[in-house]
Amino acid sequence: MEENKAHTSVFAKPKNLKRRKIVNSIMLSLCVVAAVISILPLFYIFFYTTKSGISSLNLDFFTQMPKPVGEAGGGMANGIVGTLILISLGSIIGIPVGILAGIYVTEYSGGIFSNLIKFVTDVLSGVPSIIIGIFAYGVIVIPMQGFSALAGGFALGILMIPTITRITEEMLKLVPQSLREASLALGVSRWKTTLQIVLRTASGGIITGILLAIARAAGETAPLLFTAFGNRFWSTDLNQPIASLPVQIFNYAISPFDDWHKQAWAGALVLISLVFIVNLIVRIVTRDKFANKV
Amino acid sequence: MEEEKINIVTLADEGDLSETDVLENEPQGKSYEVETKNLSVFFNGRPAIAEINLKVRKSTATAIIGPSGCGKSTFLRALNFMHDMVPKSKVTGEIFINSRNISEFDTVDLRRKVGMVFQKPNPFPKMSIFENVVSGIKLNGNKEKKNLHEVAENCLKHAGLWEEVKDRLKQPAVSLSGGQQQRLCIARTIAVEPEIILMDEPTSALDPISTQKIEELIFHLKKEFTILVVTHNMQQAARVSDHTAFFYMGKLIEYSRTRRMFTNPREKLTEEYITGKFG
Repeated sequence: MEENKAHTSVFAKPKNLKRRKIVNSIMLSLCVVAAVISILPLFYIFFYTTKSGISSLNLDFFTQMPKPVGEAGGGMANGIVGTLILISLGSIIGIPVGILAGIYVTEYSGGIFSNLIKFVTDVLSGVPSIIIGIFAYGVIVIPMQGFSALAGGFALGILMIPTITRITEEMLKLVPQSLREASLALGVSRWKTTLQIVLRTASGGIITGILLAIARAAGETAPLLFTAFGNRFWSTDLNQPIASLPVQIFNYAISPFDDWHKQAWAGALVLISLVFIVNLIVRIVTRDKFANKV
Repeated sequence: MEEEKINIVTLADEGDLSETDVLENEPQGKSYEVETKNLSVFFNGRPAIAEINLKVRKSTATAIIGPSGCGKSTFLRALNFMHDMVPKSKVTGEIFINSRNISEFDTVDLRRKVGMVFQKPNPFPKMSIFENVVSGIKLNGNKEKKNLHEVAENCLKHAGLWEEVKDRLKQPAVSLSGGQQQRLCIARTIAVEPEIILMDEPTSALDPISTQKIEELIFHLKKEFTILVVTHNMQQAARVSDHTAFFYMGKLIEYSRTRRMFTNPREKLTEEYITGKFG
């Protein structure tokens, strides 16, 4: 009898059931609202940039140089190529340093030094990008006696380092210790274990980190003002000032001319698409061959 | 209590029960595959195992039993330098593999001679079944143009997994069941041709049927390899091993032939443990 009673009481309606249900739905709706708010800006930016920029977007935009004020047409070929060069330079500096620093912190160092690196990379990721630009100005532009693509790439590389280091570190931490041991127990040396087992297992997350860093660097304007400077003419010389989309967009947007405003919108659209395409290509090239099989 | 004992006897084998202790009866000067002299391991200055002296002959299976935290795994991991990875650990005493002091070995070379199978199956998740088996050979940079497929087939057959996976070698290793994954790990271990295989509770994460398969495997493998297996399962120790070592509180309490250990243990502590009075 006693047992029976206890049994039924599980299914009996608790007194506060109604209140619980209300609280539950309130929390759920708050989450939905927050989720919608977080994706709205992205859609709005896409929509508005496309609407304002698409009219000036044609083949000329990709192949032509900027025209002088007053002349219609022209494009941003130099800016597009410049941005690609700057991102590549930044990646050459930022990706290896970031990944190796992340590996060092998780795999090799322990204690104070590794905590110091973590702290410093956190601080570095919070440093305003214009200050990174001034740093690159002091370290590269002044000794080289002139603005250059190299200085711009250096500034972007420095900007990418903290993001990549932190994400590499977090992703490597997620790799179970048992995999490291399994590899070491097979007589595989430490560096090969790190490279071929640990890094390979964590590669998906690290690639996401790299893409985030690239996306951020691609849109940076402030550090390029002091370093790559911008260039009205075609140049791929790393020792010369080089054009870039963000700087060009900035210059066009603050100008008083209507055509230039339109061109700035087109530039913005191209920049967003560029980041999107780079993302897509990297994802496809590095996709996990087992992704759909497990 | 009595019943369990009888059970164990039948599980072991019907050999001569009066056989005496392996250590007392062994001819002097005979070489051992594994030998430890006063082996101690410290973590943060506190001893996890103290002064372990143990000799293991070639092509035998030795079970290491004892309650949790008694240092079984610590002992096993000391044999292939796994404590390297643990900060603030210290190993003292001597270990001989094939009568050679392991301080003469390079860590990497030692681990190729002394393979290890872990408690939880740990196949490499980004590799296929085939890649997992040959991973040790490939990552060790073996330049000899061995036929990797042949090696993989051999090792998988050895591990009793070939029939189950021969048509799906390209599939990810993590798509296998837990028991299959563990046999894959064994195949991967024997692919680098070690002489000794250390197994750290290889069946504790597996179901009874997979466990049985692994036990049969150990029984076969000990013809070619010297096997040391840590286990919580005393029936398992009785079934697969020739010799059993009982650890308690970081000390080696008793080391005998398995038959003797489970029927007529020398130490009171051993008897209490295997009859389930504590542990």
